[in-house]
Amino acid sequence: MESVGQVETAADQLASEAGLDEDQRFHIAMAVREAAINAVLHGNEYDPTRQIEVSLENTGTDLVFKIADQGNGFDPDHLPDPLAAENLLRGTGRGIFLIRSLMDEVHFRQLHPGTELTLIKHLGQRGEET
Amino acid sequence: MALAIASREVDGVTVLDLSGRITLGEGSVQLRDAIRDLIGKGQRRILLDLGEVNYIDSSGLGELVSAFTTAKNQGANLKLLKLTKKVHDLLQLTKLYTVFDIYDDEASAIASFK
Repeated sequence: MESVGQVETAADQLASEAGLDEDQRFHIAMAVREAAINAVLHGNEYDPTRQIEVSLENTGTDLVFKIADQGNGFDPDHLPDPLAAENLLRGTGRGIFLIRSLMDEVHFRQLHPGTELTLIKHLGQRGEET
Repeated sequence: MALAIASREVDGVTVLDLSGRITLGEGSVQLRDAIRDLIGKGQRRILLDLGEVNYIDSSGLGELVSAFTTAKNQGANLKLLKLTKKVHDLLQLTKLYTVFDIYDDEASAIASFK
């Protein structure tokens, strides 16, 4: 899990350098952290022989974070809705929902094996959030 | 900063003052153990003061829910006190704001158990 903390810190630093405020930095760092945790725990199933691959980029118009695992993949369109009454009291199942809520765009790509998540936060012309 | 938990009694209510992070590996287990310990000792009125909790992730949110349901299933009552903006926003986003009894001031929270 040490790698998760490193990824979170790096995401926060990129957001800070882009001039985003504390709330936006929190949202980005949290979304990236959740994606990294999912990759380690659910994707790679805590298997130390499997790696996660992370890239972070400020394109000038967007902050783009890619997190890939080497797991068996999953269908992001058929996850239980954590806001549904029957799921509200569940102890798990909020990670992907939070990622989708906190970022502007989230894309999933199956890698065979593995899953790559691309998280995007749009920036204004001067590197500030739109 | 990892999670720190301090316990005190106010008018028959156990108040747990939490500070730090409630995240996977940095507080979730501590919180779970603290709640189970209290309930195991027969405490039925528990107030979690989250005023110094500056970060919570999905695992931490899940732990709050589990604490709530564990308490309820054992006939205990667990309420929340003083949410930071970050925690407040996340509870609203996840609709968990509707699950918990949440108070801004301790006196009102303590009185609500009576």
